[in-house]
Parts: sequence; structure tokens; C-alpha cells
Amino acid sequence: MYPSKFDYHRPSSVQEAVQILSDNPDAKVLAGGHSLIPVMKLRLAAPAALVDIGRIDALQGISRSNGSLSIGACVTYNEIANSADVQAAAPLLAEAAGQIGDRQVRYRGTIGGNLSHADPASDLPAAALALDATLHVTGASGSRSVSASDFFVDLMMTALQPDEILTSVEIAAAAAGTGSAYVKFEHPASGYALCGAAAVVTRGAGGSCTGASLCFNGVASTAVSASGVASSLVGSDLSDDAIVSAVSGLSIPDATGDMFASAGYRQELAKSIGIQALLTARDRA
Amino acid sequence: MAGESNGAGVFGSSIRRREDPELITGRAKYTDDLQLPNMAYCTILRSDYAHAKINSIDASEAEALDGVIAVYTASDIADSGVPGGIPVGWLLPDMVIPEHYMLAKDTTRYVGDGVAIVVAEDLYTAHDALELIYVDYDPRDGVADPKKATEDGAPLVHDEASNNIAFDWEIGDKESTDSAFANAAHVASLDIVNNRLIPNAMEPRAALADYNSITGELTLYMTTQNPHIHRLLISLASLGLPEHKIRVIAPEVGGGFGSKIHHYADEAIAAWASMQTGRPVKWTATRTETYLTDAHGRDHVTHAEMAVDANGKFIGLRVDTYAAMGAYLSTFAPAVPTYLYGTLMSGEYDLPAIHCHVYGVFTHTVPVDAYRGAGRPEATFVVERLVDEAARVTGLDPAEIRRRNFVAPDNFPFQTQVALAYDSGNYEGALDKALEAIGYDDFRTEQAALREQGRYVGIGLSTYIEACGLAPSAVVGSLGAQAGQWESAVVRVHATGKVTVYSGCSGHGQGHETTYAQIVASALGVPYEDIDVIEGDSGVMPHGWGTYGSRSAATGGSAIASAAEKVVDKARTIAAHLLEAAEEDLEFEDGNFFVKGSPDQAQSLPDVALQAYLAHNLPKGIEPALEATSFYDPENFVFPFGTHIAVVEVCANTGQVELQRYLAVDDVGNVINPMIVDGQVHGGIAQGVGQSLYETAVYDEGANLLSGTMLDYAVPKAHFLPSFETDRTVTPCPHNPLGVKGVGEAGTIASPAAVVNAVVDALSPFGVNHIDMPVTSEKVWNAMN
Repeated sequence: MYPSKFDYHRPSSVQEAVQILSDNPDAKVLAGGHSLIPVMKLRLAAPAALVDIGRIDALQGISRSNGSLSIGACVTYNEIANSADVQAAAPLLAEAAGQIGDRQVRYRGTIGGNLSHADPASDLPAAALALDATLHVTGASGSRSVSASDFFVDLMMTALQPDEILTSVEIAAAAAGTGSAYVKFEHPASGYALCGAAAVVTRGAGGSCTGASLCFNGVASTAVSASGVASSLVGSDLSDDAIVSAVSGLSIPDATGDMFASAGYRQELAKSIGIQALLTARDRA
Repeated sequence: MAGESNGAGVFGSSIRRREDPELITGRAKYTDDLQLPNMAYCTILRSDYAHAKINSIDASEAEALDGVIAVYTASDIADSGVPGGIPVGWLLPDMVIPEHYMLAKDTTRYVGDGVAIVVAEDLYTAHDALELIYVDYDPRDGVADPKKATEDGAPLVHDEASNNIAFDWEIGDKESTDSAFANAAHVASLDIVNNRLIPNAMEPRAALADYNSITGELTLYMTTQNPHIHRLLISLASLGLPEHKIRVIAPEVGGGFGSKIHHYADEAIAAWASMQTGRPVKWTATRTETYLTDAHGRDHVTHAEMAVDANGKFIGLRVDTYAAMGAYLSTFAPAVPTYLYGTLMSGEYDLPAIHCHVYGVFTHTVPVDAYRGAGRPEATFVVERLVDEAARVTGLDPAEIRRRNFVAPDNFPFQTQVALAYDSGNYEGALDKALEAIGYDDFRTEQAALREQGRYVGIGLSTYIEACGLAPSAVVGSLGAQAGQWESAVVRVHATGKVTVYSGCSGHGQGHETTYAQIVASALGVPYEDIDVIEGDSGVMPHGWGTYGSRSAATGGSAIASAAEKVVDKARTIAAHLLEAAEEDLEFEDGNFFVKGSPDQAQSLPDVALQAYLAHNLPKGIEPALEATSFYDPENFVFPFGTHIAVVEVCANTGQVELQRYLAVDDVGNVINPMIVDGQVHGGIAQGVGQSLYETAVYDEGANLLSGTMLDYAVPKAHFLPSFETDRTVTPCPHNPLGVKGVGEAGTIASPAAVVNAVVDALSPFGVNHIDMPVTSEKVWNAMN
């Protein structure tokens, strides 16, 4: 419970932060610290330096303009869960953020830290995927944008380069007729998702489904999108039967198991939780 | 609390715990809060292997690290001339007792076994140095499952224990039990795994040792439930210091659940390191060390059968258990699956034939020892699960089959077939009260209706009995205890009439400062606020045996009541002298002595106390001062009992179990403080629900602990639990002065069976007759599909 020695940097700008990262290959970015500090205290990670980005103004704040929502990387779960802008433009993200950990965790943990850490059992990755979020990153050689579907590479691995920092998350505001839901079946010890389902459905003017997305946390080594379910829902009437039938054939490739829940059981949970999420999203659409 | 503060009415009232303001505001001092001048810090390198030979240890880099004072290994301890042992305190016939030293000598036998010690100027350095000690291990195969460990060819934990069997123990009558089964109309049979648990006291273990080489005195502040036992064992087996030169002090202790009864190596290591370095040395377990080294609980593999006649009467019970001991025999470990387990097999039932056979088995795991309930939750789970299975195979309702087999209220004292003599009870009374409160008949109607809708609810009974307040000492000794089980108390009335009470028990969350003061307030008739209670310092109070096994009210409280009675007797003699009256003519009421009919001419207890201290005018032969010491050795165990009922719904889609209601009707005898009793019941239930639905220590095939953090090991959270419904019946204990029993463990003893019986009841449409703990959603889902 006592970490190894490390240097501590507190840059005041993104440029300064990425420069420090570039100069210190063994440095790690510290945001809310709720994933990194525990593994350092267990000495499972021993970064030579921490780059604390928590005081960089450019990484703070939520803004909404031109049908798009932008969330700074250091915005906390609590701010997201309670933001009127997020609740209006991306209620799925607010709902998922509100289910992370407990109050203390939500006051410290940040969206940028969460997505960059890429723990597949955390609650935000599936929501980011289902909302087709765009992730803005900055490195020593400049800035770029990565779609959520390209961002999550593998277990706790992302498209971020070692000298890059996730700076903000951009989400298109929900179209009219859209409903969403995040339903989580939590691990009783950690509170992380054994299976978390993020669902988005949009009804067209005639009532039939014009867009759908169903993504999962906790089932595989990254958050995954059940694209087959989504495509079979589009054009349907979103009835209970249509939803149950769309999910019935769900099979998540490379589902993972552990001592608490097998891969097979997680697959079954995904069906059950996926149906619940879609039904709720439909009712909200 | 002014209205409640005086005299007799204090006993039995829900006075708020006087301990709490300090604890809640963070002002209480725990061991790790203490600082001594020139203090150094100690850390312990632990084996990463469940089983390995140690070829060599290279500590040179660690020793060279700035701030490191010393690094020690087992050979340094041996060379220092101390005994260096960690003993077992309960002996069974023919038990294999392997040597157990403060550090592993040449073989490590569980992940977490101590290998080397670092003493450093600060805690960070002490942890850094651990990474610079290089141990050349030769890993061997390990085994964690207590049944598999006995199979031929299983890796041996100790060469001298063939098939890893530490002891082979039985109780009851095999012949009469076999013949009962030969004549049975029905046999209920179950294979049961009682899951291994990790204690998780909120405060990790810690020790701050200060050895004075000039006086030869060791002061050891530590997380202990029993300072005198630790003093005794450290003196005799670990350090060889004279007992009177060791002072063990328990500051505030943040929970124990049994895990702070036992004598571990680590606290002795801190003390030894202080002797070596001449400096105060502190050791505090990390949470990881807590998981790796605190003695675990339970871990049984059992086959059990109940023979039932054509009328639904139980005629025989047969139990075979493999009980894990872990890598070494911990302090009281051998007693847990034997005398605290086999002796409970009669449950609340008039069972004419019982046979229980237990193998104590070494495994490559941290030792297993007493954990809240200690043997009795395991026994109750076996009996109460079998009773439900017997109901199923006979077609009787679970409540009805219990009624047919209870020991009748007029049949006490009741001698069981497994050594215990139950002193008093009314089992059907508690059952009736619980069934009515839960609405049992209505529930059955509703259950049938819900099943039609594809919803699965279940109800589970646990009609439990426990034996606590282990006693009397002579009997406990004849069973193998290397300890007495009496308790001490001093009641000291000061010259001003204020009172200090010393107890040999050692509370760590139970509220003794409140309840013991309530006992004395009632006995002496002095205001509750005028009484302080002191525990947990072997340098201050007479020898005592500590707090565990739900003994502190029945045994410690009785010692206090007995000492208070002696004080009153002496005060009466002095008061009679002062009032110039005969003792037998005096009344004692609300703290005043007076001649019958003349209450206006009274001598109050403080008046008498002042005279006792002045000693200007004492009756002939009466010594000055006013205090008394008592050493109370109980006549018998006490036997709390009751009925617990759980109501669950299982989700057909996910298998998740929702605990909807939990109702407990307990009979713990007379109640000193109802609020504290309720608190104990609540905590016990939460812990038992934890075992039944969430908690389990998981080892892999190589005996590595997989559930090694709180991310993996699920201690129940408040929102997992419903608001518990509690009620009581009161059948006073007939053989102690307070009529009290014990309540600290009742909840953990009763609740696992209630919850699992409820789940099995819910799953009965699927043909399920048993499901092992913890009942996870996946297990339930598999059972339904």
C-alpha cells in the first residue's frame, strides 16, 4: 500500500504536459487517480514520474454548440452525471457516469482517465461507443481525432501514443426521437460491470426504428458493439418481440470469464441485460 | 440520558454507546496512530509461492539501501536464542503438531508465509527494501482443497503428516447411528462445501513494540482481542521473556471477528526487532497482508445424512467432514471443527443417534482458525440444510418437520448425544413468533401464485442453537484447551463513590464500556455516569482470557456482577457498623443502606466508600478501602437459540438473488442493552449473508489466493441488504448471576442456512435440492437452466 518513489510534475498546459511525457518515457498521466494510484500502491505499476493534468484549465468544462457536446478530459463523473447539458444532449453518458463507483469515486474520477485507462468493465467505454463519440487527443507532434470504435484496442490498451493525452470527448447531440439506457449488472465486490449494456434507439416519424446501437462493458477485453443486433432492429417497429428476437442470436466474440463469472454466463447476461436496456431506451424514445 | 442513569433501571435500557463519540469523530487512537520517539518501521517479506524450498536469501542490496537499519531472516532469530515459536493452544489426541516458527526456515508453506524482516527509518524505505531481497526458491506443488489434500499423492504440507491429516476426530456413537440408518424410512443426504472466508476487520493487524534493554521490559501495543493470551504465548513460545516483563496493551481495536484472537508471527517479529535494534518498532499490515496472513474461516467439505422415520422423526445423523487447518495449526484451530462443531450437531432437535467424524487437514494456505461463530455456523449449516432436505424427502413442510423434532420446553436440561447439556430453551416459542411475524402461511399462498407468473420467491428457516461462553475451565481443559475459560473483574469504588471497573475481557467494538457500566450501575445503585470501564492492558488488570466466542457478557459480565456483589457485601458490613445495626436488618436500595422501615437514616454507597478509605471507624477485622476482585468460572456453556427467516426472489433472467426480507427472533437470555443486542444481531446477519451470497476465498489449483483484494472478495455493502426485522424471546440463563447468554455470533451462525434454504425453496420447481455458498447469480442461473 506504499508506492515506489516517483517524480511528480504538474504542468499548466497541454503542451507542457505532452512535452514532459515525451521527455519521460516512463511517465504516466495522473487525472483523478482512481485507477492509477491503487495499482501504484499495490506496486503493480511503478511509473518513474506522474504528470498531473488536473490543474490544466483547457481540460475542464462541458460545452454545447451546433448540435455537439464537448466534454473536457478532466471533467468528473459527478459533473457529467449532473450536467443539464449532458442530460439533454447525451443522457446515456450521464446515466452511465452516475453508476460508476460511489460518490467519492464520482467526485474524483474523470472521463478522460476512464476512457484512457480502457478498463473493459468500467461504465463509460460502452456509452462512448454507443454514442459514437469522437476523442480528441494531443501529442508532441500535434493533435488528432479518433472515433471511439478505433480508440479501444485491447484490454487496457488504446490508440493513444505514449506521449499523447486525451483532451476532450465530443458527442453529437441526440436526434429527435432518440431514447437511450445504460443497464448494469455489477460485480458485488468491485461494483464494476459484469455486464453493462448501453442502448440507443431512434424512432423515425412513422414510429419505426431508424437507428440503433447496443454496446457492452464487462463481457470482452474491450467494450464491444453488437452491430448485428443494431442492424436487425433498424426498420423494425421496436416492439418487445422485435427487441427480444433481435437480441436472441447475440453472441459476443471472445467473451471473457474469470473466477466470478464464466464467459458463457456473461453471454447470457448480455442477452438479458441487453434486452432490458433496449426496452428502456425504446420507452424513452 | 439522565433519566436512565440511576440504579436498577439501567440494566436493560438502550443507553447509547459511550464509546461512539470518540470513534465516530476520529479521536480514538488505534495501534497505528501511536508514535514513540525514535520509532522504526518493520515490513515482512512474504512468500510468493504456496510451497517452495528456500535455497538462499540475498539481502545485501536491501541492507545497503539508505534508511535500512537491518534485514533479518529465520537464522537471525534462531541465533538470537529466543524460542521463536508460534504454538497451537488446543491439543487433540494423536494430533500432528508441526514446528512453526516466526519466519519460515527452509520451506514456505503458503503464499504469505514470512521469509525475511526489514527494519527501516521510514515506512516507504521499509517497503522499498522488500523489493531488494532476492530469495532463490525451488517451487513445489501445493494443494488448497482439504479433501483433495488427503488423497494419495497429494503434495505434503509437512512430511510428518501423512495424507496431510493433522487429526482424525469423532464424536457420538457410530454403531447406534448406523443402526438408525438401517431402520430409516427416509434418508436425506447432502454434499456441502462450507466456503472459506477472509475476516476483513476494518482495522488491519498492527503492533508497536518497545523493548527496554535496561529493565528487560517489553511494552507491546497491538491489535488483540485477548492481551493476556498474547502475553502468555509470546513469553512461553516466541520470545522467552518473563511474563511479568511483558505488557500487552490493546488500544482501540477496530474489529476482529476472531482474527485478532490468534497469536501470529508478525506481532512477535515486531517485538523481537525492537529487542534487536533497541528501538521502538512498528508493524502494520497492509490490506494485502491482511488477506494473505489473517487466519481465514470455515473451509469444510462435508457429506451429511439424516435418517428419518415414517412419522417424520429424526432418528440419526451422520456427518463426515474434511476441515482445512491451512499450513500450520493456528492458536485455537483444532477446536473449531471439533468441539465447536461436532458438539452442535444435535441442533434444536431431540436426535437419538449422532455420529460426526472430522479430518483436520493441512493445506498450502494461510491457517484457518476461529472466525465469528467458529464451528457453529458450519454445524448449523449442515443441520439446518439437512432438516430442509429431510422435509423435502418426507413431503413435510419445513416448519412442521422442525416442530416434530424440537427438544420440548419441559425437557430441559437436555443431554444431547454429542456431549452438551442444553440448560434451557423454548424452541417452538421462537419459531411461532417468527412464523407469525413473517406471515408464513400467506407467503406460501403468494409463492404459488407468483410461480404461475414465472417469478420465483422462496422462504428459508434456520432454527438454530449455539453454545457460547465456553466453560467451565476444567471441562474445556479436558477437551484439550491449553487455556482457562474463566474471567476476571475488579470493581473499585473510589473514596468519592465513583467507580472504576476492570475486566479481563477486551472489547473491540462490542460496547463493553457501556454494558459493563450498566451492570455495575444496577448492582451498586450508583449513577451510570459515575462508572468507568477499563479493559485491554495486561499491566493493569488481573489475568483474563479476552473477548471472543460470545463470552463477554456471560463470563466477563458475570465476573463483574460477582465482584460488585462482594463490594456490596463489604459495604453492608461497614454500613451496619456506622448505623449501629445488625447487617441482616439492613436494606440496600438504589445505592442506600438503611434499617428496614427507616430509609431516612441511610448510608449511601459513597458515604460508606469514604469511611472505608478514611478507615477511622471500621468494624473489627474489616480491611480499609472498597473494592473486590472476582474470578468467575462458569458452570456451563450458555445456549442462545432462535429462529431466523429469509425471504428471497431469484431473477429468472439473470439468476440474481434478491434478499427481500430477513427476520430474526433470538433468545439471548436477559438483555443488558437492547440496542447493542440489535446491533450485534444486525452485524452478524450481514456477515452471514455475506458468506451465503457473496464472500469466498478462492485458491487456484496451485494454492495461489486469487481473491486477494477487495476488488475480488465481496464483503456485502449496505445496499445489498434489506432492513432487518428483529425480535426476541427471553429465556434467562439459569446458571449465571445475570441470566444472560451471548449474542455476538448468533447472526452469523443462523443466517447462512436461512438464506440458502430460501434460495433452494425458490428453486424447488427446478428440482434443486442444494446449492453451495456463495450462491452467486451464475450458480443460480445454471441451476435454473
